[in-house]
Amino acid sequence: MNLYSDEHNLTVNLEIELLLEAIFQQYGYDFRNYSKAHVKRRLLSRLSTSGLKSISEMQHKVLHEPGFFDQLLRDLSINVTEMFRDPSFYLAIRKEIIPILKTYPFIKVWHAGCSTGEEVYSFAILLKEEGLYNRVQIYATDFNTNVLEIAKKGIYPINRIKEFTANYQQAGGRQSFSDYYMADYNSVIFDQSLKKNIVFAEHNLVTDSVFAEVNIIICRNVLIYFNRDLQDTVFNLFSDSLINGGFLCLGSKETIQFSSKAGLYETVNFQEKLYKKRIV
Amino acid sequence: MDIKRKSVNKMHGIVIGSSTGGFYALKKIITSLPKGFSLPIMIAQHISPNSDNFMAKYFDGLSLVTVKEADEKEPILPGVVYIAPPNYHLLIEEDFTLTLSTEEKRNYARPSVDVLFESAAYAFGPKLIGVVLTGANNDGAKGLLAIKNFGGTTIVQNPKEAEAYVMPQAALETANPDFVLSLDEITKKLIELENLFRGESSNQ
Repeated sequence: MNLYSDEHNLTVNLEIELLLEAIFQQYGYDFRNYSKAHVKRRLLSRLSTSGLKSISEMQHKVLHEPGFFDQLLRDLSINVTEMFRDPSFYLAIRKEIIPILKTYPFIKVWHAGCSTGEEVYSFAILLKEEGLYNRVQIYATDFNTNVLEIAKKGIYPINRIKEFTANYQQAGGRQSFSDYYMADYNSVIFDQSLKKNIVFAEHNLVTDSVFAEVNIIICRNVLIYFNRDLQDTVFNLFSDSLINGGFLCLGSKETIQFSSKAGLYETVNFQEKLYKKRIV
Repeated sequence: MDIKRKSVNKMHGIVIGSSTGGFYALKKIITSLPKGFSLPIMIAQHISPNSDNFMAKYFDGLSLVTVKEADEKEPILPGVVYIAPPNYHLLIEEDFTLTLSTEEKRNYARPSVDVLFESAAYAFGPKLIGVVLTGANNDGAKGLLAIKNFGGTTIVQNPKEAEAYVMPQAALETANPDFVLSLDEITKKLIELENLFRGESSNQ
């Protein structure tokens, strides 16, 4: 069969569907409602370096070698992030959300899909500078335990510090960024006191349910990988987890606009995708 | 044994990749497209990660076609130009909607031309036109080859005319494109192909 024919392409799509079904049935991770183009890209990229001939062969290996599945799980979850990613987002939080959070005696934050933790520490630094850190509990969750281990350590390669520092300054940082970390030869370790009020925990947005009632949910660049149905399921979960008047903060290209839950929210900042759950 | 499954009905589309010097090259092509140009165009232009959507707005003001920044899950409409947002890859779904991704940079770029072109090759198959313009790295060469492999039409800006020759030169060497043209000729070719496709679909 011609590898570049429509027929072959449709067969590959079918193989991918079967593989995702196998993964769900055997390991409980559900990628069936992820963006198909994204999943295909990640799987074919792994296929090309694996020495396997087809996705069907890959399915056999996934089912019989948990170690290989672990690798595929890493391929399918995107863990590219940075500290103070999109500095204007943090500026908007400082200006439009922090003043309201300051009126609460205690604040619970859920950082959903926290990946390797860079954005969690960014938010912790922001809360510290705003004098809120001592009355906050941050839940930082991800479905991938490998990235959670990295997040817990708070150690990042030193070659990223220049970028992080520039972001921090543009995000309205009030100190010298180097106050927050110690540099080693190849890495920087973030101030361990930033971790005091952070709980890192495994949670899968697709298959797990509500675990806390919170004042603010931060979930950025996670939903873009989900199809509309799955996005809606997650918006349901978020709406059940937020207190009335609580805030939902999404990635710059994500919106609640098309969800059946849109009516529950008012827009705080359209550009930065900050929403507030209405007090009904 | 014959395969019983039905093939999907594919639409026609154009993808364009550009880097250094791309702003002016894209401006020249997009602002020369006539009103009613019916093919969708998806663009990956390398751009600084913290820039805003100025380019889409600026082109839209100068063009007879609609130009906008691509939104996630947006359905592809005929005659609309979609530009990948800064710091996101743009992918085409096989149901002709758009997907954005923050995965690793490819060829030091996000958006990457290869990522756009490869996903577009699956979605549009032989009904795709791929164009590689000016740029200073190799991004787009492999993607253009994928488009060619799937039977699409491939166009590369003449490296001698390009503001930066490396990207079109790499695409030329890797993909052996159907056409190597100047910017003016590329615009003419796109209009000519659009007319041809329009004729094909009205004869069906």
